[in-house]
This record gives sequence, structure tokens and C-alpha cells, in this order.
Amino acid sequence: MFYRSHVLVCTGSNCNIKGCQGITEALRRELTRLSLEQEVRLVETGCLGLCEHGPALVVYPEGVMYVRLTAADVAEVAEEHLLKGRLVPRLLQPTATVDSGYSLNMSPFFSKQKRIVLKNCGLINPDSIEDYVHADGYIALATTLDTKTPTDVIDVIKKSGLRGRGGAGFPAGRKWEFTRWATGSPKYLICNADEGEPGTFKDRLILEGDPHLILEGMIIAAYAIGATKGIIYIRGEYDLSIRRMEHAIAEARKLGLLGQNILGSELEFDVEVCAGAGAYVCGEETALIESIEGNRGEPRFKPPYPAQQGLWGKPTCVNNVETLANIPAILQHGAEWYQQIGTANSPGTKVFTLTGNIINSGLIEVPMGITLREVIYEIGGGIPEGRSFKMAQTGGTSGGCLAEEHLDIPMDYDSLAGHGSSLGSGALLVMDDSHCIIDLTKCFLKFFVHESCGQCTPCREGTPALYSIIDKLSRGLATESDMRLLKRLSRTMQSSSLCALGQTAPVPVLSALVHFNEEVEAHFKGDCPTCKCHTARGGRQSAN
Amino acid sequence: MTQSMLIQRFIGEPGGLLKALHALQNSNTNNFLSPQDLELVSGAFGVPLAKVWGVATFYSLYSTIPRGRYIIRVCESAPCHVVGAHNILTALAKNLNICTGETTADGKFTLEVTSCLGICGVAPAIMINDTVHGNLTPESLASVLALYN
Amino acid sequence: MLIDVTIDNVCVQVPTGSSLLQAAEKAGIKIPTLCYHPDQSLKAVCRVCVVEIEGQRLLQPACTYPVFQGMQVRTNSPSVREARQTIVELMLSSHPQDCLKCPRNLNCELQSLTQQLNITQSPFPTLPREYQSDSSTFSLIRNPNKCLNCRRCVEACLDVQEIGILYSTGRGKQTIVGTALGQDLNELPCVFCGQCLQACPVGAITEVDETERVWEAIADPRKHVLVQTAPAIRVALGEEFGMPAGAIVTGKLVAALRRLGFDRIYDTDFTADLTIIEEGNELLERLQHGGTLPMITSCSPGWIKFIEHTFPDLLPHLSTCKSPQQMFGALAKTYYAKKVAIDPQDIVVVSIMPCTAKKFEAERPDMRSSGFKDVDIVLTTRELARMLKQSGIQWNDLKEDTYDTPLGISTGAGAIFGATGGVMEAALRTVYEVVTGQELEDIDFKSVRGMDGIKEAQVELGGNVIRVGVAHGLKQARKLMEDIASGTSPYHFIEIMCCPGGCIGGGGQPIPTTNATRQRRIAATYQVDKEMPVRKSHQNEAVSTLYEEFLKRPLGFKSHELLHTHYTKR
Repeated sequence: MFYRSHVLVCTGSNCNIKGCQGITEALRRELTRLSLEQEVRLVETGCLGLCEHGPALVVYPEGVMYVRLTAADVAEVAEEHLLKGRLVPRLLQPTATVDSGYSLNMSPFFSKQKRIVLKNCGLINPDSIEDYVHADGYIALATTLDTKTPTDVIDVIKKSGLRGRGGAGFPAGRKWEFTRWATGSPKYLICNADEGEPGTFKDRLILEGDPHLILEGMIIAAYAIGATKGIIYIRGEYDLSIRRMEHAIAEARKLGLLGQNILGSELEFDVEVCAGAGAYVCGEETALIESIEGNRGEPRFKPPYPAQQGLWGKPTCVNNVETLANIPAILQHGAEWYQQIGTANSPGTKVFTLTGNIINSGLIEVPMGITLREVIYEIGGGIPEGRSFKMAQTGGTSGGCLAEEHLDIPMDYDSLAGHGSSLGSGALLVMDDSHCIIDLTKCFLKFFVHESCGQCTPCREGTPALYSIIDKLSRGLATESDMRLLKRLSRTMQSSSLCALGQTAPVPVLSALVHFNEEVEAHFKGDCPTCKCHTARGGRQSAN
Repeated sequence: MTQSMLIQRFIGEPGGLLKALHALQNSNTNNFLSPQDLELVSGAFGVPLAKVWGVATFYSLYSTIPRGRYIIRVCESAPCHVVGAHNILTALAKNLNICTGETTADGKFTLEVTSCLGICGVAPAIMINDTVHGNLTPESLASVLALYN
Repeated sequence: MLIDVTIDNVCVQVPTGSSLLQAAEKAGIKIPTLCYHPDQSLKAVCRVCVVEIEGQRLLQPACTYPVFQGMQVRTNSPSVREARQTIVELMLSSHPQDCLKCPRNLNCELQSLTQQLNITQSPFPTLPREYQSDSSTFSLIRNPNKCLNCRRCVEACLDVQEIGILYSTGRGKQTIVGTALGQDLNELPCVFCGQCLQACPVGAITEVDETERVWEAIADPRKHVLVQTAPAIRVALGEEFGMPAGAIVTGKLVAALRRLGFDRIYDTDFTADLTIIEEGNELLERLQHGGTLPMITSCSPGWIKFIEHTFPDLLPHLSTCKSPQQMFGALAKTYYAKKVAIDPQDIVVVSIMPCTAKKFEAERPDMRSSGFKDVDIVLTTRELARMLKQSGIQWNDLKEDTYDTPLGISTGAGAIFGATGGVMEAALRTVYEVVTGQELEDIDFKSVRGMDGIKEAQVELGGNVIRVGVAHGLKQARKLMEDIASGTSPYHFIEIMCCPGGCIGGGGQPIPTTNATRQRRIAATYQVDKEMPVRKSHQNEAVSTLYEEFLKRPLGFKSHELLHTHYTKR
């Protein structure tokens, strides 16, 4: 059937919260009332990215996005736009105007983005495998099985320079290679969707918006490394992601994309979903494996690495959702194509989640190497309420805080690492000048105290000790020796903790000491410049 | 369905212990894992009760103490913190007249704090059972709570 | 294959697969450790053993990091020293600073670490924990506030004994080794074997100290205080006084007890011989009259509690014989009391045992067949050492002494009760000769000796082949029990000891007790046996006299009244 218009209603988690269900129902009613059902197709789709402004919908072919909708607004959109072909200016997305360009592609929020991972998000119905196939889905898999050996696939991925998107940035191709050549069977492929890094919700929205993309990436990965069993470990809190993924798996099985003789080839691979139970540390690959095995999610010591001894002691490859989501495109368009995107050492795109004091909080995908300034001011629309930028934390709570002088740093693995931060999971938390670095550091540390698995001494005992010293500092009670201890403890936690949680927990502390030294000094003297810390206003209290 | 039937299908499954705990907690009217539930899992999986207890007390989605019908989980991670999560928590505690970790006298609400829920796009956010409520202000809380009255 | 490793500029060659700890030892360096235990799996959780490895960005734990050719390691660099020191200081920040009152004072791995690393105070704010101490049992006290989360006790309980009373609970700062639902040990199927205590580097698990009650009894002029010493004490007590593991100190032990003021120094080996007569006859009775087989030994109270909890249906397999400790107590307050004409009410029986479960055994309600509590006070080897130190008696100056008669007369067969396989070997020596009427040519049943988990032997007895099995450690015991339950057990007679290595490896023995020390104590045990003039229980003259004067015959009326017991499902 041919439709004159497509209306895509975002049903991602964030819009769901804001009541997109009511919008869909209202629109369906309106289409019936106006007898437009044969002309306009309503698609419930994944995240459009502008979460702050949800509920939202897009009308194609014009590419007009309406935001902050109520059921009443929907009637107006249907009547005006869909029936009469007139824009509804008051509901347009914030950067669009009737004159300068109302199409999505012309808005800086979208025009600055480069969508590989999110290419289908907001365009297709995630619950429909047909929609995914129409959008060239599973073509990369089919051609790969037809024309490439597993080693070819690994070579392509190695050549593309794709690095793990979960945080550490380890070259994905090499990880695959380790697992491919490890002895032992069966081999396992695990998709790490235990997204717990505060301020990160990209994996959730990818899973919700385009589950088949992950499956396709996984099947190709399984082919490359020789895995027969796949597991998608999804946070227990991600209800919708779990449901959508399970639905997608069932659909893929029906079409012979999972199971034995996939697409008529020799390939055998099946996938199941495993739900987490609420532990940030399970994002660490060996903790995740422990959790799948039904144990406390405590990281294992390495070596041996999962590629040698992973799930049930067998060779296992653990890849992040976003890493796997890049695979089909790389195989479809080639390593050279991919390398041209982003920077030399960090090719490709990165999905970021914008949160905090920013106008367009939400989900974006941009080429690696874009500057913080472009992301915050052009895509993100700047700081709301007329306040000014103070700092941004990249990489989630285990990342460092960057100050204004860092706004022009390219966002890629190495540049951010050079400034004591990290790309991490792609969280980007923007904070305006009303915030206090010490108050925030306390907030970060509280998180680690709560989420430390408690297994190794530096992290179990160190996180509360760090917190108590920073707390002392916030009350203007810290001494010189406290400050020395803070540094010594941070060094020890970084060098000696068993896993990345303990190793990175001091990062926000250290970045505060380096980039916001003046403010730290002020607290040391008993003064909180932003008046966020409780007893500081009265001046320095006696330490005795 | 009895509790043991509920977990039957996970028993043969390697690593099915977490799934069994999920199933049992979800079916418990007090939203927690009772000692009987834990013993059942211990017996069914042939795992020492101490280990089942160790697992249940590790993950924050499990509770070993009875909770209310609705569990309010307030995110206190940084993205929510910078847009005023603390005010939400204070307002909720005041509104419900309980502290964090407590259950209202009528057994309706339990107030918990949680790490990031991954819904920062609508921060500050809370989850009440499986439903998320976002972009909250202390003032808008009353209408949210009203949905559960 | 040997590979070259350079540690602090010292080159050493070690076999592939060696740990860095071993390589360092070869280079003459002791890397500090805490969660590492020579008999356990590697954990790498305490992080005390971190070292610098060239090419590695972070410090790595020496206990787990595999050696590789050309490896360059620094174990004493500024960053390593800083990290180690900080880690131990962090441990101290939540550990109670009450060393002076701690039973593990001067034998504490945390204390040794602080000393080794020259730590005099922790700069970290002390974050005291407020866990309830569990003193619900007669055997063990568990004080989680002292726990360092090394998890050695968890492994001892879960993997060595396969009981799993203890496990890591909670998360983050609240992580602590605990029990299911936070229950006390007396509410749980804990067998009080004390292997957790043996594994604990600090004083988080200790025995219930009863030394004060013994001092009181000795000081009371109205009391006639007897002491009995278990076979495993004489090959272990010396370690408490700086002697090497496996030193045989029987004479000094007796001398020391006499100096402490006990009225009579007797030997549990005597009732061990008696046990062989009773148990041997019970076995023959069962073999001849179609009794429940295999019959299983019943000397080990941890094992008894285990089977009562775990395999109650198999209780009829247990020999009804009391343990030698309890037989001694029952006889002391009947036979002995009558013989010396002392009111049993005024007799105090103290036992020195290698075992924490023996404290519980003495409290079992059925252990009062003399009309009084058969055994009044049970001390572990460690508690005895504590009393000796308290008394100021100089161990090195002690002249050897001998046990009193008649309850101190024993044979080599009684002595080997202390090692795994010993009861079986002693029984075979006697049963063979009793049944066949012939003298055994070779009385050493070597196939049932040693640290192998399950051992077996077969003996021809008057035309019938008797198959026997031996297990030590409850993990191995469980295997034999499962075979019995499924009807596939090939044995007629089984010896089971709760603790690895048998009683010489018990929870009441000097700390540390490792498999290496167990081996030495076992070797010493067989040395004791070899040196005894009489090595078969049925040739113990004091036992024969006991039957003549008092018991009349094995399995007779008096025996049943005093030396046998029954078991209950738990």
C-alpha cells in the first residue's frame, strides 16, 4: 500500500515516561476521524534523540518534528499538517523555524550528527523485522556469509579500527581474534547491555529502537569468532529493552536468522536474553559473566581473560551494544569507509547521551573527534536559563570533569584520556555555574561507595575513605595531611584495585584537584563559592 | 501457581538462579524474597542457603525485607543530582512521612534510592515499580503519587 | 621447562606455571600476602601482594599473575611500597584495634603485615562496624567485626567441607562474610569443625575459651581433676612453643600437665584401644548377623553432626560406639571412681583435644551415662598452650614424664587414631587377629594412610574378603555417603574423619594448620606408633583388666550402658 505520509511517534523509554502512548492513541483516533488511515501510516518507532522535548513525532516525507506534545496538540497536527498540509509553528522542535528551515536535516541537532548506529532509530518500527529488512537489514549478514570467511570478517573489523564502545576502547577486531583462536568449545558471545554508567542510556535506546541491528551484529560476530551461543545481558531495570529484544529474537528465529543453518549456511548460533538484578559492577565483563552464571557479580582476576576462560570456563567474547551495532555497517560499506569517519585513532561515530544543564538533553550520534563545544552549544543548544557553562563530565561517573578551557578538545579516546577523562560509555553530563565541584564529587563518590562490589580491599575500604575525606573537605575541615592522603589513596586505588570500578573511582577526584584547584582550595579554606556545601558559608571551622 | 512450580523451568538452566529469584520476588505480595523463597531456591538448585543469601544481598533489585506494594526508587546519580534529585527525595520523604528504606504504615509505598536508572533524558526521575516518572519537581510529585491512590 | 624471571635484579629460573610468589621466594623475597592460602584457590582480593611488572600499566597481584620468559618484576619500588602500605592501612581502618584482648594476638596475619610493612598507625578515619558477635555455640565464636573479607573461611567451609555455612554477603562497604539470613551458628547445620577458624588470618573466628574453668577446677581442693590427651596433641603442641611441625612431645606434654596441677594425667589413647575392641566386635556382630553395612566409625563429632543433618536415613550405618573422649569420661566417673574410691561428683574430667567440635560433643545430652556429665571441660591444643604460657612453665626446660596408670596405658594402635586411616588400621590389626587367630605378619596398612581423599583396602578374614574405605574431610565423606544411599558402596567398613588429615588437622590444632603441617604431623603419628612396645589394641593389658574387673565382655550390658550411644536426625 502506498502512503502519502508517515508519522513516526517516538516510543523510546524517555518519551514513554512522558506519555507517548496517549499521543499514539490520540493520533490513531484523529486519523480515523479525518479518514486518513489509508493515506497516513502511523509508525511507533524508537528514540528520536530529543528526549528533553518529548513526547515527539516526525512527519515524513517533509521531515518535520513536533515536540512536547499533548493529546490536544495531536489533533491540531493532524488537522493542520496531515489534512491541510500546513505547519504548526508553535510545536516545532526548538531549533527549527518556519522560515529558516523546518526539516530535521536542517536543524543543527540533526545536521551535525552522523548516524550509523542510530540510523534506524526513530525511523522504523522496532517490533517489526520487516521494517528492519526494508531498511537494508540483514543484508550485511547475508553478504558476509556468502562472500567472507570468518578470518576475512576479523580482518575487516581490525582494519576498520573499531574500538570497543563500552568504555575501555579495546580494538574490537583483536578481541574477536583472541576468541577465535582460543581453544575450547563451545564459544560464547555476550552482548553487554548492562548499561549502568550514570548518565548513559544509549544502549537502552538502541535496544528499544533497533533490536535487529544488535542481533545482526551479533550473528556476524558469532560467525567471525566461532561462537554458537549468544547471550544479551540487559539491566533488570530495562523492561522495555528486554521485551523488545525477546520479541526480535523470536522473529529472527522464525525467519531462520537464528538457530541452525542460518540463511542456508553452516552457521549455527542462537541468542537468549539474560536480565540483570541491579549492580553497576556487572558492566565489567567478568562480573557480568559471574552474574550470568548465577553468582554474585564480582569481577574475576585477569589473566586469564574471558577470551581464554570466560562463561562456564569457555572462550568468551564480550562486546558492548554499540560496538555490535557498528558491525553490519562496517561490513556493508567496508573498512575504508568506516575509517574515513571520525579520527585516525578513533574511527567511526560515537553515540552520546546529553544530560544535565543542557537545552537538548537526549541521544545523539556524532563522528569521533567532534569538539565538546560543538556538542554542547550546537547540537545540545547550550545551557538553559541563561546560565553559563561550568564543567562537563565525559564518560560517566568514572570520567573526569572538564572545565571551560577544555571545550575545544576533540572527543575521542586518546584526546580525552590525555586530559584525565575518558570517552567511556558516552555519557556527557553538562553542569552550569551554579554547581560546586566538591558537592558533585561527593555525589560521584557516593555512587561508587554504593556500587563497589566489596570484593577487593582498595575499592571496598577505599571508596568510603575517599568519600569521608571529600566530605571533610566540603565542610571546610580537611587538613594538609588529609589532602596528601587523598592523593595517596587515589593512587593506590588506581594501581591496585581488582577491576576498573576501583581503578577509576578516584578519577573524578583527581580531575577536580587538577582542573578546579581554585575551588578545591576555597573549600580547604572553608568557603564554598557556589554555596552548595553545608557548613562552609560560615567560614572555616576549627579542625580541632 | 505454587512457588516451586514458578521456578521449575529455571532449575535445569545453568545460571538460572537469578531468574528464579526474580520470579519469586515478583510473585511475592510484599515485593521481597522471603526466607521460604530462599530456602526453596537453595534446595531446588542444590546451592547452600548461605550462597543464595549472598547473591540476594548483592543485587539491589532484590530485597530480603518485606516492602510495600509500590516501590519508589529515586535516582540519586549525578545527572539527576544536578537537576535537583535531592529535592525530590526530600519531598517524597516528607509527603510519605518515611525515611529512605522505609515502608509507609499502610504497606503501600517503600522509598528507596537507586543508582542511575538510564532515563536521564527526563531527569530528575523516579521509578514506581516498573513505571518511570520523569522531569519531576517537588510540586509535581503529588499528582504522580495520586496515580497510586 | 624453566623460564627466566628477574625479581628486584635477581635472576631466577622457575618452571612454567609457577606463581610469581614462588619465583620471588626463590629469589629470596617474601612478598606479603593475606588472602593467599597455600591449600586454597587463588583469590587476589586482598591486593596486599601487588608488585610492579614491566610492561604493565597497573600493579599486579603476585599470587595470580603468571610468570613469563624475561619477566621483570619489582617488589619493593616506591609505588609498590605505597600501595601495600595504603591497603593494609585501609584494612586497619575497619578492623577493631583490640589486639591486646584478641585470642590471635601475636599469631595474627594482619599484625604480622603491619609489622612487616612498618605501619604504626592508620591515617584513615576508623569506620567501626557493629556486627553482633555470634557466641551461640559451645565451640566457636564468630566476630564479623574483625573479618577482612579474605574469604578463606568461605572456601574452607564450602569447598573443603562442602557445607557452605559461610558466604560473602552484602555489597560495597557492607560486604562481609556471613551466614544465611544472618542466623547464628547454632541454628544452622554447622558441624563446628573449626576449619574456618583454621583458615582465618585474624581473630574473626575463634574457639570458645574454657581455660578459666580449668584453672578453677585445679585450684579447688575438693576436686580430683583428671586430664586426658587426644592422640593428635603430642604431635602438634610443640608448634605452639616454636618447635617444627611434627615434633613428638609426648613426654613434655605429660610433664607440663603435671606441673599445671592435674591430679592424674591420662591418655585418650587408652579409650581409643577400648574403642577398637568394642567397634571391632560390633563390626563382627554386624558381619555375622546381617547387621547394617557398611558400618561407619563414630569417633569424630563433626562427622556425626554432619550425618545427622545431611544423611539422617543412614544413621543406622554408624557404629554405636561413643568416641574415645566420651568413653574415657564415662569410665572415669564409674570404673575409676570406684577403683580409687572418690565420689564421682568430685571428679572433673578435662580433655585436651585437637578439635572444636569435641566441646559440643561433651555437651550432647546423651553424654551423661555415668550419671554425671562424663566430660566436664574440653580444651583445644591452643587453649592448653595458652594455659602453659600463662603458668610461666618453661617448655624447653621440661623433663619428659610418663602417663599415669591404668587409664594412661595404651598401644600404637590407639596412637594412630589421630591420623586419617588410623582407626581403620587399628581395627584391622585387631579384627584380623581376633577372627583368624593368627598373628598379622605386616601390621602396617599403608594403603589407608596419607592425604589422599578416599583410600581403600581389602583384607581376607576367615575366607571372606572385607572391603574397607577411608575418607577425611566432609567433601570426601559426602561422596561415600551418596554411594551408600544409592546402594553402590562396595565397603563393609568405613572410617570417616571430619577434618582433612584426620584429627591432627583439626580445628583445635595450632595455627597455622596447612596440608604441609598435616603431612608432618601424620608422619610423626606413625613414628609414635612404631616406637610403642605394643601396637595392637587387643594386647593392651589395661583394657583387658578393665573388661575383667568391670565391663565383663565387649558389647556387654555395662558397655552398652557406658560406651555406646544413639544418634538423632537434625
